[in-house]
Amino acid sequence: MIVKRVIPCLDVKEGKVVKGTNFVGLRELGDPVEMASAYSKHGADEIIFLDISATNEGRQTMVDIVRETAENVFVPFTVGGGVRTIDDVTRLLKAGADKVGMNSAAVANPTLITESSARFGAQCIVVAIDAKKFADGWHVMTHGGSKDTGIDAIRWAKEAEQKGAGEILLTSVDTDGVKDGFDLELTQAVVDAVRIPVIASGGCGSPEHFPEVFKATDVSAALAASIFHENTFTIEEVKQSCKDQGVDIREARLL
Amino acid sequence: MIAIVDYGMGNVASVTTAFKRLGYDVILTDKKDELAKASHIILPGVGSFQAAVEEIEERGLKETLKHLANEKPFLGICLGMQLLFTEGYEGGTSLGLDLIPGTVEKIKTPYILPHIGWNSLDIKENDRSFQSFQGEHVYFVHSFEARTEERYLVATAEYGTEVPAIVKNGNVYGIQFHPEKSGEIGVEILKTFLREETK
Repeated sequence: MIVKRVIPCLDVKEGKVVKGTNFVGLRELGDPVEMASAYSKHGADEIIFLDISATNEGRQTMVDIVRETAENVFVPFTVGGGVRTIDDVTRLLKAGADKVGMNSAAVANPTLITESSARFGAQCIVVAIDAKKFADGWHVMTHGGSKDTGIDAIRWAKEAEQKGAGEILLTSVDTDGVKDGFDLELTQAVVDAVRIPVIASGGCGSPEHFPEVFKATDVSAALAASIFHENTFTIEEVKQSCKDQGVDIREARLL
Repeated sequence: MIAIVDYGMGNVASVTTAFKRLGYDVILTDKKDELAKASHIILPGVGSFQAAVEEIEERGLKETLKHLANEKPFLGICLGMQLLFTEGYEGGTSLGLDLIPGTVEKIKTPYILPHIGWNSLDIKENDRSFQSFQGEHVYFVHSFEARTEERYLVATAEYGTEVPAIVKNGNVYGIQFHPEKSGEIGVEILKTFLREETK
């Protein structure tokens, strides 16, 4: 039976893992490859890197990180952030990423999804959607969740699927950073709208939030960043919490 | 020396790394003479069946691979596993390597596709080599599956249907999931394949 996936996310800026995506109080946590490798040893089912570099040098460094990760990490990993063109997608996949995430650029230019999917297959194209609730439903937000596009998020998720997305990485702008749990309502609404796997993101503040979203929705995977950093909680604790709640997960076996 | 067939279909870096990590010399090649010298042939691949067949044919490798499969341990991974079968229907109908009788068709399941994620292996009772992997989770990413006779199945995974996970016909092996992305278990599965064939 297929199990729910627990995914740690690493925000990478100019080659270093950083905590928080705000420009104020950004703190370096360590080396991305070392951290990804440690997470995979502790049972992460997948790793997501979000490149928040502001410079071209930073983005070039990300390609080197991808190459090194592919040689040292033996679970799948996705790279997102700053992916604008099919050349960006090609570069990251060639360097060894298993999947590439696209967000704002896909909204601005949906053919990026179509072209990337046709060339590399839907399985490696993840469309990231940042959604925020308004009176008339959820809107797609871009530019790190700060800009309202006015586009209906549910409709956009369906369109992304039609255009060839293999997965949706869904972040709730409303719950992100609040640490009070995933956005269950939004997550189920998107899961109901598409026939591809959805990864829930935004709002995880403790291990129990994982079994909560897995039991309350039909989501395939859930992602958290800060709770795993500096060993606040381990992947093992999250998986134990899932097990305690009767959620099927993979128990990583160290040989 | 293990030869990994380089025919332009997807990311082969991780497969190469996995074998290197096991201490083997690995060569990534589409040259017939180099393939002929190898101890094992690995056919990886990510993408569509038809595109893969075209790439193999363009390099004039189809007969070479069929011939090599008669002489050496041969392992197809993911799309490479699907190519071992007679015929595939992804991107139109095209002929595979026909090393294992069967077809490759869209997974018939009420569940969502692609089949992405960690699924547990159900090892067939009559298989002796892979029994220790019963119930272990491995990483799958695919929308198409092999349809073949029971006797070629070593392991399946439950996904609203029994998806073939490991297949075997003589010295030809196929693995639908990604052993190179399945953590330590994946590495152990590759070791089992290599051990099988050095007996």
